[in-house]
Amino acid sequence: MSLERFLNQAVSSWMSKDGPDSDIVLSSRIRLARNLEAYKFPTVFSHEEAKRIISDMENLLRQETMPKFGPMELLKIDEMQPLQKRVLVEKHLISPNLAEESPYGAVLLSENEEVSIMVNEEDHIRIQCLFPGLQLAEALEAANEMDDWLEQHLQYAFDEKLGYLTSCPTNVGTGLRASVMMHLPGLILTHQMGRIIPAINQLGFVVRGIYGEGSEALGNIFQISNQITLGKAEEDICRDLMGVVSQIISQERSAREALRKTSNIQLEDRVFRSLGVLTNSRIIESKEAARCLSDVRLGIDMGYIENISKTILNELMILTQPGFLQQYAGGPLRPHERDIRRAALIRERFQMEFKKFGEE
Amino acid sequence: MICQECNQRPAALHFTKIVNGEKTEVHLCEKCAQEKGEMFMFNGEAGLSFNNLLAGLLNIDPSFKQPSQSPFHQEEILQCQHCSMTFPQFLKVGRFGCARCYETFQDQLKPVIRRLHGGNWAHNGKIPKRIGGSIHLRKQIEELKHNLRESISREEFEQAASIRDEIRQLEKRLSASHEGGE
Ligand SMILES: [Zn+2]
Ligand SMILES: [Zn+2]
Repeated sequence: MSLERFLNQAVSSWMSKDGPDSDIVLSSRIRLARNLEAYKFPTVFSHEEAKRIISDMENLLRQETMPKFGPMELLKIDEMQPLQKRVLVEKHLISPNLAEESPYGAVLLSENEEVSIMVNEEDHIRIQCLFPGLQLAEALEAANEMDDWLEQHLQYAFDEKLGYLTSCPTNVGTGLRASVMMHLPGLILTHQMGRIIPAINQLGFVVRGIYGEGSEALGNIFQISNQITLGKAEEDICRDLMGVVSQIISQERSAREALRKTSNIQLEDRVFRSLGVLTNSRIIESKEAARCLSDVRLGIDMGYIENISKTILNELMILTQPGFLQQYAGGPLRPHERDIRRAALIRERFQMEFKKFGEE
Repeated sequence: MICQECNQRPAALHFTKIVNGEKTEVHLCEKCAQEKGEMFMFNGEAGLSFNNLLAGLLNIDPSFKQPSQSPFHQEEILQCQHCSMTFPQFLKVGRFGCARCYETFQDQLKPVIRRLHGGNWAHNGKIPKRIGGSIHLRKQIEELKHNLRESISREEFEQAASIRDEIRQLEKRLSASHEGGE
């Protein structure tokens, strides 16, 4: 029942709100990996240990409320339906790994879904904070507050020399993964990503597409995150990532301006054709939907399209994934049926926009 | 960028391999990456790619395959007393069994950790407040000692004296916290 409440609020705050630099940065995320001293890591722990960790968390939540984020809800993986898990994955609230390979896992969610804590994934505890736009410092602050609160009640595995001890040595030290989700159609259209990605890698950051399988970055959406977690302070890791991100932002902005100068009418044509497809199609695959949504979002950001909110890209990229579509349909769908559902959902969502602005 | 293996599909996996101090850029498409055993998780969390690469990375370095050629060491397999993970097991899965593994395998681990973290070996970030009380004090003392040296070199003796007093205060607190039975 309470799960329904979470799932019914399909749109979480980071999807529906604008943040700083939100013409290019969709969201900022901080993840802190923590482990409890008394238990073996999830790679080898016993079922009893796993259950004890979960009940430790349950007891903690029963006795105390974290003032800043309000009551947290604990959902156990083994008590959830496959579709419910899938929806949480599609919202980036839990990892595919927790949903599929952690039968003794659980997730704690704050009411506004800004904070989620995965329990018994690769590490005992993974605190995640997700904010709209470019707000790494704010997300780090929130994650730190959650971390400080947990630490008052739990005994972390911490080493004076190596910092927070994690199941995988790639996360040791700060246990911090800072990442920023960016919409980069300008760099794609001007064929610059191939040049930029190796440069970013060189600096110790990772770039990857987050939607779609295989080599494509559906919707021209990329995630940039740090690779090194040891030897640098959390604030420095975030500051360095911010530096890289602001470089990419300015390159994306100049790519967009170059496109406006050299191919204004072609770009406008592309944007409005995509809008036509989204508002009229009856069958649409995720790939085509992602491409058109990216075009429309670019059109909004560059002022070709008015009266459609920017957040429509973010929102629809998430809501048109298979899990959400099936939830929207109220049952399982075959791939072809999904494409029909997807087209209907997108049309409906755009109708809402047109109505909203029509009434104003 | 095109995959360097098949020269056909666009490269999706980009990383720098460092083998024996030598850097190599690697650009692979997903298919070739899988075939090379360097599985890249596209749907996982950022950084997961690196976890999966770890085992591969570790096996590349010949010094890890055969820790010693000496016949005396052949029988010796290092094992964590707490979770009973062995170092070869760790190499296979790329994950430790428990927090104490870090101590057990520290000698083997040092070069691995350096390689993963751009040469870094020591944590320089957050310290948990509750369990980190004495660590905080020690860090503060270290910082003050550094300031003390600086003021002396600048011949600011009045300031140096006050810093020295501060250090003494903190050192008293530190030894008290140790006697307090931690
Ligand atoms: Zn290839
Ligand atoms: Zn161990």
